Amino acid sequence: MPHVRPLASLVLATGCALAAGAQPSQAPLEVPFRQFELENGLNVILHRDASVPVVAVNVWYHVGSANEREGRTGFAHLFEHLMFEGSRNVPEGAFDTLLEAAGGNNNGSTTSDRTNYFIDIPANALELALFLESDRMGYLLDATSPTLVDGQRDVVKNERRQSYENRPYGMAELTLDERLWPAGHPYHWPTIGYMEDLTAASYQDVVDFFKLYYAPNNASLVIAGDIDYDATQALVEKWFTEIPRGADVAPVAPPAAQLTHVERVTMKDRVRLPRLYLAWLTPRHFGPGDAALDLVASVLADGKNSRLYKRLVYDMQIAQDVTAYQASAALGSSFQIVATARPGHTAAELQAAIDEEIERLKREPPDTREVERALNQIEASFYRQMESVGGFGGKADQLNAYFTAGGGPDFFAEDLARYEALSPSDVQSAALQWLPPARRVELVVEPESAP
Amino acid sequence: MSSLRLAALVLLFPAVLAAQQPANRTQPPSLGPAVSLSLPRIEERRLANGLKVWLVESSEVPLVQLNLVVHAGSGDDPEGEFGLATLTAAMLDEGAGARSALEIADAAEFLGADLSTASSFDASAVRLNVPARALADALPIMLDVLAKPTFPAEELERLRQERLTALLQARDDPAAVATPAFTRVVYGNEHRYGTSAVGTTATLTAFSTAQLREFHAAMYRPSNATLIVVGDIAGAGGFTPIESAFAAWTARGAPAKKPVAAAEMRDGVQVVIVDMPGAEQSQIRIGAVGVARSAPDYFALQVLNTVLGGSFTSRLNQNLREEHGYAYGASSRFDMRLSAGPFAAAAGVQTDKTAESLTEFFNELTAIREPLDADELGKAKNFLALRFPGSFETIEDLAGRLEELAVYDLPQRYFADYMANISAVTAAEVQRAAEAHIRLDDLAVVIAGDADRIGPAVRALELGPVRVIGVEEAVP
Repeated sequence: MPHVRPLASLVLATGCALAAGAQPSQAPLEVPFRQFELENGLNVILHRDASVPVVAVNVWYHVGSANEREGRTGFAHLFEHLMFEGSRNVPEGAFDTLLEAAGGNNNGSTTSDRTNYFIDIPANALELALFLESDRMGYLLDATSPTLVDGQRDVVKNERRQSYENRPYGMAELTLDERLWPAGHPYHWPTIGYMEDLTAASYQDVVDFFKLYYAPNNASLVIAGDIDYDATQALVEKWFTEIPRGADVAPVAPPAAQLTHVERVTMKDRVRLPRLYLAWLTPRHFGPGDAALDLVASVLADGKNSRLYKRLVYDMQIAQDVTAYQASAALGSSFQIVATARPGHTAAELQAAIDEEIERLKREPPDTREVERALNQIEASFYRQMESVGGFGGKADQLNAYFTAGGGPDFFAEDLARYEALSPSDVQSAALQWLPPARRVELVVEPESAP
Repeated sequence: MSSLRLAALVLLFPAVLAAQQPANRTQPPSLGPAVSLSLPRIEERRLANGLKVWLVESSEVPLVQLNLVVHAGSGDDPEGEFGLATLTAAMLDEGAGARSALEIADAAEFLGADLSTASSFDASAVRLNVPARALADALPIMLDVLAKPTFPAEELERLRQERLTALLQARDDPAAVATPAFTRVVYGNEHRYGTSAVGTTATLTAFSTAQLREFHAAMYRPSNATLIVVGDIAGAGGFTPIESAFAAWTARGAPAKKPVAAAEMRDGVQVVIVDMPGAEQSQIRIGAVGVARSAPDYFALQVLNTVLGGSFTSRLNQNLREEHGYAYGASSRFDMRLSAGPFAAAAGVQTDKTAESLTEFFNELTAIREPLDADELGKAKNFLALRFPGSFETIEDLAGRLEELAVYDLPQRYFADYMANISAVTAAEVQRAAEAHIRLDDLAVVIAGDADRIGPAVRALELGPVRVIGVEEAVP
């Protein structure tokens, strides 16, 4: 199962009417839901959308790589893999076999802050999904063995090879996090983990991790799709009530993270073109400044007319690509700008042009049209998200994300209001406050040898 | 979308009763009656200019999706001009009507629209996803992009450099090298399917705006296209504004088209290693010329591939990932096109297990020719059939499925019959399909990896002659 890095939160964000200009504003899109908590502490959110006869069962465990300790990095994700290998009443291999035979699709992903699992299944197989989800929440350890751990250890090591070591520039993002976050901060180490830590992970670690983090009171369950509220609540109670509550999980208490200087790094890789990464520490997801930084990213690098794209890629043609994004996360975020040089050009040229554009944004606010264009794109992406109940980023996943962030599952309107409230001068202020040239990481990946 | 709504509620009442009982975990809960596909009504029209139009009304969200499909793709690239169709499609929004490239992007984005162009081996498309209230403003932009591209020379030069650089960058990445290297070995340099849709460094370097104009003028015509409209059409003012906009597209006549020639199977197993020193994994592709989308055994092939490498529990993934841990995942695919596209089994495997992985690939390609047992056959058929209704969830999903009907000239009954057609597949039909299309004596084995480290063990397998090439030859 892949471990999926969080996307720029812009994709999931909502937007609204500022953009509509003279056109009539659209009716608000609502996501009605029912919420209840079982005695064992499991939070449950139901949402009915019967547009297709499918149900999305989405579980978030409030544990990610930030909960790991040094020497066992990558463990939350390795553990995620074991969740598909069987539980007391589900023999090894049967989890996927049963779901495929019912026409289902399932996956999981791990980030620094959480681990999520989804099962998208035809509506007639909802109870099968609840049986499987509850069995691994309650009785995973009855089926887990040292041999299973060894098997998934090999798979995860190959995931690391495929997604990082053998992928061009793949190691840069790991190094970037090591330089951005201080040693001891849980974002310092990669969610995929270090090879030696994957080697060191033991069966006993699995037992301890499960008991501490995979209790119902440390999870939330969303069921969205073609459901009946009463019948589905009864089914949830039937399958999940018997699972015992676990101990309370203490929140992660990270050390302060602050950059006080420019951290310069040069790496070599088996690539033909240099690539530049600039990165700053920025406010956590939903914190003050987070939404404004999404708009900064959009003004800088979304679309042909964005400032960095137009200058570096379109006009000067010194870059093959440029991206900018606010990588929002629970304990703190980073703002990153990444650009790849065209043949014959250097990372230093890219950096000079990028810095001029950032300084320009700090000197004067963006045009109203630039901001409205970004907001209109955000608004449309919100409506597009409303169409899907399942998978990563569908409504079930988003309800769980909002619930976990503490704003209540139906945070869509409030999330939208974060963006609606922003003016061009807020975008300028965010750039001024959060993108200082003297406190950031400047990472360059250079070709090992000239092409 | 509301037109697909199903009364599945009734299925849940037995569950309410069952909920009074404690959970019985001794066996998995039985499934309710299978959900069925409630198809949306597809309204067919034909405009006076010959453009075929399919309309599906759906008001779940206030968005409209318009896919204008042109029945010409890379398969229509003239000899020696590989890459022309995709470059033409990519240039459509780089200047059209009175607007520049930047003006087109600004106008579309300001409306909250997603306006894109695309091209495959079989078709090209201009696609628009737009808030219903903004459709009227977006339509003229889409029509200009489709019918009045200006192909500015400086924009061609920019896209040319972008594509040449992308070809250069592909050579960094074993995963990006292995696939084009494989199709080149299977189809050779002359056949169109032997070269990536985007073309080669040589063909890209030679293109002129005149060639793009000529291709566009010849192929982008109403009589050679299908317009698919899905979504909140009522909320966008009905079909009239769409009809008026596309009625202004006046290019007359039908293009002269030549189908892609059938490819010849090669004899024997050939092994090609694309040398990528230092690679931690070997990217493996094994296969041959497959089948066309019109294959009479299409449904048997879907089942066959699901069992072999088309799902998580497929044999290749179970073997290479779950049993041996050599790979993060393994899969297989019949890439069906208007003519016979490639069949390939694929995985990225750890370098020191490359030969062992090849052995497992060949074990599975051999075993799949034996009859399936009832459980495995049933699981694969259910996997394909039961998830089918869920594949129409978004307006983009539905428009995409309709594109498939248009491009491959499938009957409208195709959707309604799909689940029954899958259910009817027998083990004997799957076996015949495997024997016909997975021929162990005619396989290309391409490995992008570290030749020094993997070469000796790969040669020792004695699969066939082994040739080592560089990335420049693999991705020319």
